Amino acid sequence: MWSWVAHRITGVLIFFFLLVHVIDTAMVRVSPDAYNAAVETYKNPVVGIMEVGLVAAVLFHALNGIRVVLIDFWSEGPRYQRQMTYGVIGLFVVLLVPFVWRHLSLVFGG
Amino acid sequence: MTTLPTRDIPAPRSPYKARKTGNFELNSWLFMRASGLLLVVLVFGHLFVNLMLGEGIHAIDFAFVAGKWANPFWQVWDLAMLWLAMLHGTNGLRVIIADYTTRAGSRFALKSLLYFAAFVVVALGTLVIFTFDPCVDPDSTLSVCQNR
Repeated sequence: MWSWVAHRITGVLIFFFLLVHVIDTAMVRVSPDAYNAAVETYKNPVVGIMEVGLVAAVLFHALNGIRVVLIDFWSEGPRYQRQMTYGVIGLFVVLLVPFVWRHLSLVFGG
Repeated sequence: MTTLPTRDIPAPRSPYKARKTGNFELNSWLFMRASGLLLVVLVFGHLFVNLMLGEGIHAIDFAFVAGKWANPFWQVWDLAMLWLAMLHGTNGLRVIIADYTTRAGSRFALKSLLYFAAFVVVALGTLVIFTFDPCVDPDSTLSVCQNR
């Protein structure tokens, strides 16, 4: 049930970021300066930390989404749904830690 | 015992017919799973190439986008990601709106807003990918803009 709640919340979050992200990318059609000014916002340390939150949301939504597909289409899926939740949490940590390490070193390291 | 005059009962005006609803909900359920799996590859590839390789986020500027979209591979990648992510997200929000709105008026208003926003963003993104000009600035020093 909590996976379902988290799936909804992360999904809505990603959707609203997507609207913003298409609009900031559309600045390439305005002028190089307009686009560079828009992406400069993303290089700000505060926004850099928010990006970690965004990637965490994407990562959870993707991994739990794969779990949902396995529950729906794999004959043994419903039987192992709980174990797959632990798998989602484990993979989430294993993939998020190196991302955070690399991304924050880039954001704060120059 | 009296018998009913069955001969005189007219045939029903029209045969029973179930309301035709089509398979929209089944198709959208299937679409969420298929597009979701494709998006795992597209979005993880996008994040890895743009944020993890080279200088990561510091490398992203106008020249970076121009370099990527000079290659049809990344144009197709980004176009597929835009359409699949927007349809996946819009359908997800459609379900969430249907779940939590109790009044028909608010449901209609929120869905109208959702479809309008989705249409604008998909149209804008598609137009940007297809009409992108790396040399909008006549003084551009990008290599693709030399020898023109």
